[in-house]
Amino acid sequence: MNEIDGILKGIREGNPRTIGRAISAIEEGNHRAAAILQGINEGCVLAATILGITGPPGAGKSTLINQLISHYRIHGKRVGIVAIDPSSPVSGGAILGDRIRMMRHATDPGVIIRSMSTRGRVGGLCAAAGSAAKIMACSGCNPVIIETVGVGHLEIDIVGLADIVVFVLAPGFGDDVQAMKAGLIEMADVLVVNKADHAGADALIVDLKYATQGRDCQVCSTSATESRGIEDLANIIGNIAQRKRQTGQFIQKREKMLESEILHRAVELMRTKLKDRLMAQEEQIIGDPQDIVRKLLEEVCVTQLESKKR
Amino acid sequence: MEAGQRRGRVLIGKVGLDGHDRGAKFIARSLRDDGFEVIYTGIRHTPEEIASVAVQEDVDAIGISLLSGAHNELIPAMIHALCQADAGDIPVIVGGAIPQEDISYLKDKGVCEVLTTGTPTQTILDVFRMVANEYRQKKHTYE
Repeated sequence: MNEIDGILKGIREGNPRTIGRAISAIEEGNHRAAAILQGINEGCVLAATILGITGPPGAGKSTLINQLISHYRIHGKRVGIVAIDPSSPVSGGAILGDRIRMMRHATDPGVIIRSMSTRGRVGGLCAAAGSAAKIMACSGCNPVIIETVGVGHLEIDIVGLADIVVFVLAPGFGDDVQAMKAGLIEMADVLVVNKADHAGADALIVDLKYATQGRDCQVCSTSATESRGIEDLANIIGNIAQRKRQTGQFIQKREKMLESEILHRAVELMRTKLKDRLMAQEEQIIGDPQDIVRKLLEEVCVTQLESKKR
Repeated sequence: MEAGQRRGRVLIGKVGLDGHDRGAKFIARSLRDDGFEVIYTGIRHTPEEIASVAVQEDVDAIGISLLSGAHNELIPAMIHALCQADAGDIPVIVGGAIPQEDISYLKDKGVCEVLTTGTPTQTILDVFRMVANEYRQKKHTYE
């Protein structure tokens, strides 16, 4: 058996050491990464539901996921979690602390959790989130839960990656006009008012129901620290997953995922190229930004073409 | 920070019945400021829990803070759990209130460095840089 086959076997058997190492290989983009991903059983990936949990910092995403894990474990499911936290724009380092809320499941062999840093990426995810989710699916996890960084209006990358997007809010973040604003809230399949035991929760539920009128979006409430509303939320998620699979929405979206993955990867590569080029300018940059952008794009594209010819 | 110069991923946590987390949090933040990705597990975990997290997170070093005096029991238990999970090679750094006479015992049990109270922050960062980097190089060679 060659090395990659050994890794793939370890993943399928759910060996946490192999899974951990495989995700690192992909995160670092080392030479094994492509071979591992090519060897992933697509059937497992299609069978698993990828659940995106997103929402502002401090809304209770990790605590809610902790409760969802317990729920799925009671029902005998193996669960994978990709928990993403922001990297520091200053040092590049990160504190990955989502796991603290999930330590109850640390030694459960049916739960695999991986904390990941955004490594400078904006949009709420890290570049390797989708691949990590695939590896977890291949190890038999269903669902795979992706927890985004704490988001604002427009960190909507999760919409492109998850089959179902759950947006977690808590009372005290703003009035009904906030609920009317455009962005992530329009894209979610489920809106969860967490911390439902806090003042203002009922009003927020009313605002959200009003804001989502005429759109296919469910509103429910939970109190994750008190373990309330979890069953209802899991049922809502289950029903949506079933419906999306029946109507073909599920498969349509999965097909689009590859497109968005390619686009993100391309934009990321382009970003570094543009930045390098800009930094390499010796004289001080002055003038109309639009002109400079045009020139910059031309220069980068020309250099790319030339390096290809060589 | 670009991929080639990444400092690595480290776990910072506490084992046993010891709630004094100010030191652990300070170290976690200092490591973040130095460019490390720090998986912070919080307080009061069993040796097995920490080992399991280290494996799933595939960290390049484990830093355990202990002020309770139970290090001679808990740390070897954690290293044992790591070995059981085929992860005995992950370097373990112990910090906190560790009497001088226990250091050689801990090192015999597989701890790679012991940083007692009063160690300057820069020394701690240097140890983590060196240990994590060495482990990453090693990982890389059998890749």
